[in-house]
Amino acid sequence: MSSASLGRTNLRARSAIRAAFTLLVAAAAYEAVARSGAFPKALVPTLPTVAHTLLDMLLDGTMLRHALYTMYRVLVGMGVAVAIGLPLGILMARFRAVEGFFMPLVAVLMPIPSFAWVPLFILWFGLGNTATILIVVYAATFPMLLNTWTGVRSVNPIWLRAAGAMGARGTNLFWKVIVPGASPFIVTGVRQAFLRAWIAVVGAEMIAASAWGLGWVIFDAKEFLNADIMLASLAVIGAIGFAFERLVFGSLERATVMRWGMVRAAKG
Amino acid sequence: MHHIEVRDVTLVYDTPGGKVPGVSGVSFALEPSEFLCIVGPSGCGKTTLLNILAGFLAPAVGEIRIGGKAVTGHGLDRGIVFQDFAQLFPWRTALGNVAFGLEMKGVPKEEREAIALKQLELVKLGKFAHAYPHHLSGGMQQRVAIARALAYNPAVLLMDEPFAALDALTRDEMQRLLADVWQATGKTVIYVTHNVAEAVYLADRVIVMTPHPGTVKAEIRVDLPRPRDPLSVEFLEHQKALLRHLTEQAVPA
Repeated sequence: MSSASLGRTNLRARSAIRAAFTLLVAAAAYEAVARSGAFPKALVPTLPTVAHTLLDMLLDGTMLRHALYTMYRVLVGMGVAVAIGLPLGILMARFRAVEGFFMPLVAVLMPIPSFAWVPLFILWFGLGNTATILIVVYAATFPMLLNTWTGVRSVNPIWLRAAGAMGARGTNLFWKVIVPGASPFIVTGVRQAFLRAWIAVVGAEMIAASAWGLGWVIFDAKEFLNADIMLASLAVIGAIGFAFERLVFGSLERATVMRWGMVRAAKG
Repeated sequence: MHHIEVRDVTLVYDTPGGKVPGVSGVSFALEPSEFLCIVGPSGCGKTTLLNILAGFLAPAVGEIRIGGKAVTGHGLDRGIVFQDFAQLFPWRTALGNVAFGLEMKGVPKEEREAIALKQLELVKLGKFAHAYPHHLSGGMQQRVAIARALAYNPAVLLMDEPFAALDALTRDEMQRLLADVWQATGKTVIYVTHNVAEAVYLADRVIVMTPHPGTVKAEIRVDLPRPRDPLSVEFLEHQKALLRHLTEQAVPA
């Protein structure tokens, strides 16, 4: 037991070192280009300059405020997307009539990039949070919906039989068998929805948001040729996205489907 | 009065390839606390019959009465154990699985967990109450499944080849355990198997079924004292008699 967990810690440490190595090589390559003099310093700032800008923005609180705006839009949008995608996905998988009605709509809407809706949403809802959040909802709903739909259809029929034999009906069957039975797909749906939402929010903020948000600050920095601000914001976008995807949803996965043995951890 | 009465039960499967008879004109009866094994080759309709008894399938003709009441759909008067280890809910611990039926009945948490723990102790898994199914061996998972089917105290236990996917040593151990559990609980058991030795070891009575269509071919009473010795002459004679019925039917008519 302890030697196994020690082995796991070891493996984790080693994969972290490997990842750090990759990132260091990439950073060094960028730094070499920035210092080569081939490009103007203002357009390709060195990493210490970017780090300095990032630190300033963190210390004066502006970066935190931008990040909080963006997080707020993503989380509200995600919440709405889950509230639509989860029940609708389950209903589509359980009732043929619901599936028959919504499937054509999903098939037509899904291939449209959420970003393509931005100008229309601005016309309808004006600049600001509403339009931005709706873009997030649009981007995140489909992965949530499709994964849930597939998950419910792949619930092992023997669980339904066993549960039925033990008198499970209606909401009990729904919450205590179907939802946990579909949970590997539902968790995947949430993770994919977050990634799509995170990509969509930055794009939407560039056009539809005003004054705050990580996407907005990047777009705004273009006006003043502030490449260091852009890169500092990109670093924050990447870091938050990574933290959420890996830590928040990763630990959701470890606490549920991996703990239950329904999904295995990758080897090595 | 009989505890279970199966009268003239017939079921035909409607497949894309045409109508396939599942079971045809099957009748038998069980006394309370009787252990009945149904033996036959694959395709003889024994699992179909069990699914009708469980209420998952409705017969086209005939009826089944349990405790005098006609069976329509499933009910908490019957506990079911399947062959597939995957029958347990992977997202629930052993205890959570066993308590499920009581939870559906609305039994309060403390009470149902106390009952579930007792059931797990009955199948000698008290120590593993908080383990998730994927941490348990196949034999242990099937014991949890038995405890789960017993927990809400059904009068009848229906078992569909529960030990068929286990290794021979574990299977022997499980058969002894099941015989003990049956004697301790006094359930009426219908147990489907294709294993002749298993049937002779467990059953008060064995029904032999033949395929195409599934009908009852023979009935053998096993009056050996328990616990049974699988190497005794009487045991082997019963086994031989059963095998004779099974091999006769293997010759195409």
